[in-house]
Amino acid sequence: MFYREAGQFKASYQADQQIFPIRQDKIAVWALVLFFAAVVPVIADQYWLKAILIPVLIFSLAALGLNILTGYAGQLSLGSAAFMAVGAFGAYNFMLRIDGMPFLVAIVLGGLCAAAVGVLFGLPSLRIKGFYLAVATLAAQFFIVWALVKFPWFSNYSSSGVISTQEINILGFAFDGPTSKYMLTLAVVVILALAAKNMVRSSTGRAWMAVRDMDVAAEVIGIRPMRTKLIAFAVSSFYCGVAGALYAYTYLGTVEPEGFNLDLSFKILFMIIIGGTGSIMGSFLGAAFIVLLPILLDNFVPSLLGDLVSASFVSNFQLIVFGAMIIFFLIVEPHGLARLWQIGKEKLRLWPFPH
Amino acid sequence: MHFFLEVLIGGLLSGVLYALVALGFVLIFKASGVFNFAQGAMVFFAALTFVGFQEVLPGWTGLEEGGSAVFWLAFALALISMIVLGVLTEKIVLRPLVNQPHITLFMATIGLSYLIEGIAQGVWGANVRGLDLGIEDVPVEWLMESSNILVSKFDVVAAGIAGVLVASLALLFQYTKIGRALRAVADDHQAALSIGIPLRHIWVIVWGVAGFVALIAGMIWGARNGVQFALTYTALKALPVLILGGFTSVPGAIVGGLIIGASEKLAEVYIGPFVGGGIESWFPYVLALVFLLVRPEGLFGEKHIDRV
Repeated sequence: MFYREAGQFKASYQADQQIFPIRQDKIAVWALVLFFAAVVPVIADQYWLKAILIPVLIFSLAALGLNILTGYAGQLSLGSAAFMAVGAFGAYNFMLRIDGMPFLVAIVLGGLCAAAVGVLFGLPSLRIKGFYLAVATLAAQFFIVWALVKFPWFSNYSSSGVISTQEINILGFAFDGPTSKYMLTLAVVVILALAAKNMVRSSTGRAWMAVRDMDVAAEVIGIRPMRTKLIAFAVSSFYCGVAGALYAYTYLGTVEPEGFNLDLSFKILFMIIIGGTGSIMGSFLGAAFIVLLPILLDNFVPSLLGDLVSASFVSNFQLIVFGAMIIFFLIVEPHGLARLWQIGKEKLRLWPFPH
Repeated sequence: MHFFLEVLIGGLLSGVLYALVALGFVLIFKASGVFNFAQGAMVFFAALTFVGFQEVLPGWTGLEEGGSAVFWLAFALALISMIVLGVLTEKIVLRPLVNQPHITLFMATIGLSYLIEGIAQGVWGANVRGLDLGIEDVPVEWLMESSNILVSKFDVVAAGIAGVLVASLALLFQYTKIGRALRAVADDHQAALSIGIPLRHIWVIVWGVAGFVALIAGMIWGARNGVQFALTYTALKALPVLILGGFTSVPGAIVGGLIIGASEKLAEVYIGPFVGGGIESWFPYVLALVFLLVRPEGLFGEKHIDRV
């Protein structure tokens, strides 16, 4: 009843090709964006903005990047954190070494650096797939972090490779408080998410999905696997790179290469598994879930079970819950939270009628 | 030349340990097609359980601390824990995921590795523990005297244990009824089922054996570097070994382990200084990557054929 598309006729090609063809979806997306852009900055306090909303947005972007590669193009990657590192250090060096570098251009260039590195490490995907490719991306993970630590040029010869990001200044406006940083992050994430939503329904996106479902068949119908896979690697790494740059500039402020370790890569992988592989919305849901879950556990578990279990168990509870969640989702709902949302929409469409 | 030989032998000996971890992967992959990322966590779990039992047993039973009775009892209990873990994994994780794509199973085992790490540390605590197997870490004397090459006695014994283990597994696979059943399942699940091989029992056995291998690997690694969380990273080191050797080949795991062990040490010593050192962390992966481009199925792996 609430989600009926009956009566919404598409009278022109333009209307038929909108990103959100159903009116309710369009309204919902606009309402959501407006809520996060106009209402949240007013009602949320500094802690929420700094520790929850900004990381959720940034990880959504990283998860989106991995989702493009793994969910849409079917190439498993365990090196997303390394591509984030390339983006972060790329943007940092562009800001540092070129006078008057605009911030937005720097993060785009950082993303492009990540894309270039991504293509380089994506080259093996032309010959290998599955776990073999996963191992190849592990090579990227370890090599990039090692290179950033070993060559002090990347971190401007600071000790132990830690970089402190420059101030963000766009057209004379200084983004220094959590609210303005949040707005900046939100803007970048929304634009890139829309671009991704558009991309996955374009010929490129369809080619990705064809390669994912069966690469031999895709090749037979005239999709060039090499081009398609490399584009997927480039776009995915670009998204991860921009996410990494934002991670450094709007979230942490100081980052070190070791911070972009394998655990972070796994975290991003978990986001897309729990959120839903092959879904833009799933990336956001998964990121929110993975960022919020530890905070919830930290706050509630000790107070609930504090007396029953030992202290060491509580600190390991997170690991256990994460692991159990992954297995649970893979068994019960392999398409993740996004699929649950989908089911909810179907139900809403009929409710309260039986058919 | 001396130095080269020393590095080479040291590398080969540590390669044996990589091979040991890789062996656990290969066993499970062969029999169930699952790429078990949790093998590293199992190594950690096994070592921690062994050390944990060694600590608590004297208090429970009144046995003499550090005695051989405690050692073997702890070993038996740890082994039982590993088998229980294997059975539970098969029941809770793998059975509901039968017929899913390999990648899904792989991701499930990543989840499993988190679960096992959490449980292991939750039960036994997260502090680093020493593990004493009673083998001294001193140079082998006769080799030192005759050719002046430093080779640790510990490494030699560890390599010997690994060698015996590998040989007995190879014999088990080749000459026993269970081994034949395992090979049949590895070849073709359906054909094996149709001639009456109980698939589930076989999987439980395989996970049990993999648990046993993990326990041995965990004890040796743990005695070398202390029982700590870093043990889980052995799984990551085993991945390039598998790529080099091929996922389905027991000899491949061993040869791959030796190559990776030797080449990473040699690279560290001879290439490392030119680029700032510390290349051990990624060199095996890049080596495996280059290797993949030339021979995607690994040294001894089965050639991959795409069916349309």
